[in-house]
Amino acid sequence: MAAQQNSNTVNNTGEKIIIPKKTVWMRMKENKVAYLFLLPKLIFFTVFMLIPILWAFVISFQDRGVFDVDYVGFKHYFEAFQSPIFRAALWNTLLYTIVTVPAFIITALIIASFIYPLGQVSQAFFRSAFYLPTVTSMVIIAMVWRWMYNYRFGLFNYIIGFFGFEPVNWLGQTSTALPSLMIMAILIPPGAGIIIYLAAMNNINPSLYEAADIDGANAFQKWIRITIPLLKPTTLYLVILSTIGSFQVFTQIIMMTGGGPGYSTETLVHVIYKTAFRDFNFGLASAQSVILFFIIMGFAIVQFKSLRTEK
Amino acid sequence: MSFMKQNSVLSKVKKPIIYTLLLSFAIVSLLPLYWVFVTAFQLPSYQNEEMDRPVSYVESNPPVLYPKGIPEYISQWQKKREAERMGDYEQAEVHASLMTEVRQKTFGSFTRLFERTDIMRWLFNSLYIALLTTALIVLFDTMAGYVLAKKDFPGKWIIFWVIISTMMIPEQVTLVPTFIIIQNLNLFDNHLALIFPGLALAFGVFLMRQFLLSIPDELLEAAKIDGASEWKIFRSIVLPLAAPAMAVLGIFTFVQMWNSFLWPIIVINSTELMTLPAGLKTLQDANLADFKLLMTGATIAAVPMIIFFLIFQRYIIKGLTLGGVKE
Repeated sequence: MAAQQNSNTVNNTGEKIIIPKKTVWMRMKENKVAYLFLLPKLIFFTVFMLIPILWAFVISFQDRGVFDVDYVGFKHYFEAFQSPIFRAALWNTLLYTIVTVPAFIITALIIASFIYPLGQVSQAFFRSAFYLPTVTSMVIIAMVWRWMYNYRFGLFNYIIGFFGFEPVNWLGQTSTALPSLMIMAILIPPGAGIIIYLAAMNNINPSLYEAADIDGANAFQKWIRITIPLLKPTTLYLVILSTIGSFQVFTQIIMMTGGGPGYSTETLVHVIYKTAFRDFNFGLASAQSVILFFIIMGFAIVQFKSLRTEK
Repeated sequence: MSFMKQNSVLSKVKKPIIYTLLLSFAIVSLLPLYWVFVTAFQLPSYQNEEMDRPVSYVESNPPVLYPKGIPEYISQWQKKREAERMGDYEQAEVHASLMTEVRQKTFGSFTRLFERTDIMRWLFNSLYIALLTTALIVLFDTMAGYVLAKKDFPGKWIIFWVIISTMMIPEQVTLVPTFIIIQNLNLFDNHLALIFPGLALAFGVFLMRQFLLSIPDELLEAAKIDGASEWKIFRSIVLPLAAPAMAVLGIFTFVQMWNSFLWPIIVINSTELMTLPAGLKTLQDANLADFKLLMTGATIAAVPMIIFFLIFQRYIIKGLTLGGVKE
């Protein structure tokens, strides 16, 4: 888009068009159709992705009133870090990520390793059985888990009562609300992770295992020495993806706890949502989302580097 | 081939254990879904001739793990037949009316849901918005992916990298600006507000470009020499070749759009314009403790997606593995 406009102005400035620029312009003219093919995507991409991303940074330095816009520098960033809700949300989101991402990866890896040696039919069956619970929207999953965590009639209190424990007010008290959400994240099967690991395992050269057999390695040794190291790129991919997803945890919060009790289950995205669309403080919300963006990027880069160079 | 298949002695011992472990975890993970259905079809506030007061099997301790209406209905039916055989038609009438009550109460939450909420409207909205967005995304992204893969023109690499670099940016960053843009375009509380931002996503362009790189140039050249127009080449050569990737992208986008939640609850305000996830939130906000009603809503929302998954499994799995596995 930018290049196109640029060359247009060059062409309009006069008859004497400098030769290298003329060739660019000619090549553009030759490829008119290519730009036409790109046009629909570029329009929507520019209006609803490129401009919003750049604008988000600008808004984070603004106070937007009804009639005027003031530039306030880093005020919203200081405000965000000084606010107890945001700090609670930051801490909760970090904790949630640190607990659930490794759980997701380990469960996925172990289940996939168990499914892999089975026959084609059993593989397909288990793959579907573990993926099926995750195809429904998180809204539905959150609704049923809220019901299962119900204090008086929920399944969980019945199950722990069966083992002689007193009923727990899972989502209703500060000490158990966030752990309950973590348990839920861990018990939802890592369907996507299992499928991706299985596909990666099928790509491992079987002769490696045969060679290990000749050396007398047992199944566990082969798993530790061959399977896990060769799955490293896949693990990296899954770690980064699930970290990004985990930092964006929102649906469970708004459907199950609303961030409470107190701030005990506030998360970054839930705070951003409330700041922007309940308090209509767009400047602060943008600053918070820019912080979220940098945290996610930071984590992704660190994970990428550490898992990559370890080889 | 695999790490356990080799040791046949080991696997003979281990296989039953593995199956048991996997099966039990599969059952645990399917339990919440099962619980949605059981609660939706559970029998609430019911009193038969042997009880001294009405009971709710939805709210019961210990919980009833199956829809109580089924055995109750059968038993009343048997009692009715018994009474008829004995010639006690008055008693048979009692059992007949209990049977009706069981049936009505079991499905009562469905009737209430259809009467009191716009759930069928939400279902329709979700369906048409997801379908329309998916169709447009697949078309636009295939067009863009094609020229980015197969044409050489000024600005190509800048455009490609700018699009790709937005792939990892979290949705929340664009929330506020996109909201302001939608307001300025006068699209707040309008279905276009749900459709347009979806068309900006970068993933499809990337996917289609990577896939279309493998189309042989000679094929396109030959068509060009034959005098086919660019659009004709796209329609008759590129589209058929791109079909597998388009299917993966389409199914993936459909699921993503269908489940989308955060954006719809921001830009849609009128209940009748909502999509299913947003509608379910208003349902829950209005009926916090009516779990049978809530699970009925969840059932209606979950079933289409489960059917969709069972039909398109193959493509969903393919789409999932595209990013994570290096060939």
